[in-house]
Amino acid sequence: MPGSIPASATAEPGAPSRAASRSPWAEAWRRFRRHRLALAGAVLLVLMTLAVIVGPWVWKVPINEIDFAAKLQGPSLAHPLGTDDLGQDLLARMLYGGRISLAVGFASMVIAILVGVLIGAVAGISRGWVDAALMWVTDLFLSLPQLPLLLLVIFLFRDALKNWIGPELGIFVLIVAVIGAFRWMPAARLVRAQFLSLREKEFVEAARALGASTSRQVVRHILPNAMGPVIVAATIDVAAAIVFESTLSFLGLGFPPDVPSWGRLLFDAKDYLDVAPHWALIPGGAIFLTVLAISYMGDGLRDALDPRKVV
Amino acid sequence: MDDRDLRALLSAVREGRLPRRRFIQILAGLGFTAPMATQLLALSGVAMAQATSTYKPTRRGGGGALKALWWQAPTLLNPHFAVGTKDQEACRIFYEPLAGWDPNGNLVPMLAAEVPSLENGGLARDGTWVVWRLKRDVQWHDGRPFTADDVVFNWEFASDPATAATTSGSYKDVRVEKLDSHTVRVRFQKPTPYWADPFVGTQGMIIPKHLFENFRGAKSREAPANLRPVGTGPYRFVDFKPGDIVRAQLNPNYHLANRPHFDTLEMKGGGDAVSAARAVLQTGEYDYAWNMQVEDEILKRLEEGGKGRAEITHGANIEHMQFNFTDPWKEVDGERSSLKAPHPILTDPAVRQAIALLVDRKAIEEHIYGRTGLATANFLNNPERFRSRNTRWEFNIEKANQVLEAAGWRRGADGVRAKDGRRLKFVFQTSINQPRQKTQAIVKQACQRAGIDIEVKAVTASVYFSSDLANPDTYTKFYTDLQMYTTTMPQPDPERFMNQFCSWEVAQRENKWQGRNITRWRSDEYDRVYRASEAELDPVKRAAMFIRMNDLVIENHVVVPIAYRPRVSAIAHRLRAPLSGWDNDFWNLRDWYREA
Repeated sequence: MPGSIPASATAEPGAPSRAASRSPWAEAWRRFRRHRLALAGAVLLVLMTLAVIVGPWVWKVPINEIDFAAKLQGPSLAHPLGTDDLGQDLLARMLYGGRISLAVGFASMVIAILVGVLIGAVAGISRGWVDAALMWVTDLFLSLPQLPLLLLVIFLFRDALKNWIGPELGIFVLIVAVIGAFRWMPAARLVRAQFLSLREKEFVEAARALGASTSRQVVRHILPNAMGPVIVAATIDVAAAIVFESTLSFLGLGFPPDVPSWGRLLFDAKDYLDVAPHWALIPGGAIFLTVLAISYMGDGLRDALDPRKVV
Repeated sequence: MDDRDLRALLSAVREGRLPRRRFIQILAGLGFTAPMATQLLALSGVAMAQATSTYKPTRRGGGGALKALWWQAPTLLNPHFAVGTKDQEACRIFYEPLAGWDPNGNLVPMLAAEVPSLENGGLARDGTWVVWRLKRDVQWHDGRPFTADDVVFNWEFASDPATAATTSGSYKDVRVEKLDSHTVRVRFQKPTPYWADPFVGTQGMIIPKHLFENFRGAKSREAPANLRPVGTGPYRFVDFKPGDIVRAQLNPNYHLANRPHFDTLEMKGGGDAVSAARAVLQTGEYDYAWNMQVEDEILKRLEEGGKGRAEITHGANIEHMQFNFTDPWKEVDGERSSLKAPHPILTDPAVRQAIALLVDRKAIEEHIYGRTGLATANFLNNPERFRSRNTRWEFNIEKANQVLEAAGWRRGADGVRAKDGRRLKFVFQTSINQPRQKTQAIVKQACQRAGIDIEVKAVTASVYFSSDLANPDTYTKFYTDLQMYTTTMPQPDPERFMNQFCSWEVAQRENKWQGRNITRWRSDEYDRVYRASEAELDPVKRAAMFIRMNDLVIENHVVVPIAYRPRVSAIAHRLRAPLSGWDNDFWNLRDWYREA
């Protein structure tokens, strides 16, 4: 945490001489590589992303081919991940659903973090009434009952968006926006807290004394130092967004019920845990691995991007 | 069949040439419910069959605790304010009607001494009044005697518009008079073949005058007895937490010998259907669970646990798919699905016929509903042996393709058929419920093969079945092309059931979507027959008219019946619980017992 970290990076022995010979990004990459779990997480995530992007072109079984003769089967050659209760191929559904779940997860994380960092940064640096007003807004959003508001937002805009950019993209945009809009508050508070402490540090004072403008102070000096906790929050957000999407689908507000996102697959499988455990374990495992990979990556990224930490 | 044929049948039954069971069978095949048929018989001078009780215990009490699970919790305990069956059932523990309906549609006297008939002078020949003789030795739980004043009071209470009773429909158009301390007469405004509506079954529970007298009209919701009922039933009130639990104990002064069997009764609410089934069938924590909307496969697996069984009760509920005859995608004067905008595609009978051919009812029965939803072509299906053989259903993708081809719908490059620039693309909505989503998937796939593109949509049940005016996703607004749900028939009389196809019942903004005609199909002939049936004095002619109405709906493919859904309950193995499809689950709670 900033308070416990020595104010000046140059006080650390050893670091400057080597850092001088590399670009900051190469240095970050070097640090990241040394974090084994993070590297494993990154590899896993890349593999998964590749699988869901390329997979549907390779595995061409349709996602909605009903075959009652093959229902609730375990993994076999014809169905490598087994089938569900309508005899639909789970591998095809997992690959298709992965696209949706991962896209929703990352896109809404990006929105939540962007909004959160922006509001947190403005509030943290500006003091006075702007800070107070923005924090009121944050508190307001935190205390809003989310589900009723969601209902309202979705009813108001679903049809309009659907007509504008088509049914599936429309719902995607809406869901991403809605999840993003309801998850930026923790990031905003984190960033503001970081800013409040960092802007009083000597190196920021030094920058200010040298005549750096406020925006330069923020962008060059404060923000990079505040990113650690934000990245961790972002990784948690991805996981939460994947699960939140399934909540929305469950309430009938998300994607149509025949679109097999991972959360939807898990929900459909819950009553068959005793006879067809594979059906629930596969999407559950996929969500679990994704979240785990992302959070290890987040750990690694935080260490790698922290300019004051020596690895 | 016309009214002359019916009359011949009735006289055959009267003279003993035709068994009454066969008569009910014939009428059921024509779209009549069993209670309707037995009432017609009663009016023609044939007494209802005597229902026999299967109750075995020889003493009162000693049965221990009965634990029932309702996955929707009751919220109040006044039968006149009951919203939905969960409240009715909770009330039924404490309150009784004059008579209830047994599984075969016969009346079983409860607070009445006998069932009115022509022989005992209880029924008017012209169907304009009915006289109920009340049981004499009945006491309220607080010791006060039950009399005709209580019955008359219930009519006054429920028919007062200021009370806003949910039962008012059964009481507002009748007059009730006291003949003596234990006799009342119900007068109808016009000859009424369905005379057993007020004071009978789900709408008929009687509340005590002495506790509600001071809480009429606008004050009625303040009565303390709304939450602490004092009734005549087999169990007395102990405790009630709205939305959670109802507790009751044995009524030592119950008016039937040796009853009830259980010392205490607990009705617990909450959870969902699957976990309720589990609590009875697998873990045995509870003795009874209501309304098992669970896939049969899961039920069967749970039954293997050996703790209980799923019991099927035949009613008249039907899962069906509706066509929207108005355009849900065009706004006319700020209203979608408006009568001013007929549906551009679904008004083509060929398209409706094709879709009806594409619903694979057999697969839906076999792989989704099992025992809990039987494939059917009929709107009326109960009991099974009474099912009509006149109607047919078919699943035939090839024929559907031919029908569409013949009507000029040609396949486009993407495989979807189109005509004059209109593509066969529909949005198909229903509530969120696993079996329904599977049905959607099956229909969608078959439609795809016939060149019809279906977008499925599922709405959470509490929204879909709500009467929320601001919400566009309710089933009464029907802002999609197709939708699917189960229509229940709480009253055995077809008059209220069949008005859901009358043109003046169309659900629209003008009537706050309270109208019952959801498909917005309009037919002059149907309206004419319905109007005529309302003015028809002769119950037999009226019956023939309902048959014609039924045929009109089927011939025109206004709806596609999918599965006839009997009621399913989960019952612990040794519990004996007589159930009826025409009344509440607790209709005969007094006869419930546990075998030793």
